[in-house]
Amino acid sequence: MSYDNEMEMKFKSLPENEAFARTSVSLFITPLNPTLDELNDIKTAVSEAVTNAVIHGYEESFGEIFLKCGIKQNTVYIKIEDKGKGIENIEQAMSPLYTSKPNLGRSGLGFTVMESFMDEIKVSSSAGEGTIIEMTKKITGGNSAG
Amino acid sequence: MNILCESRGRTLIVKVNGEIDHYSSNELKNKTDREYKQAKSKNIVFDFSGVTFMDSSGIGVIMGRYKNVISNGGVIGAVSISKELRKIFDLSGLFKIIKCYENIESALKDFSVRGQ
Repeated sequence: MSYDNEMEMKFKSLPENEAFARTSVSLFITPLNPTLDELNDIKTAVSEAVTNAVIHGYEESFGEIFLKCGIKQNTVYIKIEDKGKGIENIEQAMSPLYTSKPNLGRSGLGFTVMESFMDEIKVSSSAGEGTIIEMTKKITGGNSAG
Repeated sequence: MNILCESRGRTLIVKVNGEIDHYSSNELKNKTDREYKQAKSKNIVFDFSGVTFMDSSGIGVIMGRYKNVISNGGVIGAVSISKELRKIFDLSGLFKIIKCYENIESALKDFSVRGQ
């Protein structure tokens, strides 16, 4: 798809980069004049997706996380990709409160948050190859008529 | 993130300033647990008035502390939850097990009425 504006970044799967990723996306979409709610929704969804790559994709090891953000008219497209271990059962991973790491004190709400805060989410994953999370959200800027 | 803990009777007040995500949640978890044990507290009140961002990692921290506090016969309260934070709290269902208050004094008063 050709976007009106787009950016890509690549960073190491370190927990401190979660804030870097969500802040970068938030700055990039500022020209769309999102409401504070919309901005917060997108920041939270990005944070969840990156955390997922850090904790589950790469677990104890480190790898690269690829983030792409595109803007087409007033819709934001976000793609977050890791080359980690992948998700064997996507349906189970996406069910509310499911966590494969209860010992880490995780709530199991990551995908539920992404689904609720964004308009659309698509997760593709292959065991041993990595995970791609794609999300979109239309920005109204407080004007619900669009 | 900056965390300030204060003990009031048998209640530990944990005031968080900044952003709560997976990265910062470990510090919040560890500091809360350490102070709770040291002060021999029974209840915990989390003051969110200084929190500018929170993802589901924050929910995980509260859920974990809830288990400890309940097994100790105490209760957990949350203070000053902004509109942005309320959305993730609502989604998590946490309000079914913890009460939300406008300020610390009203939380402490309610704890006292409830015999805590």
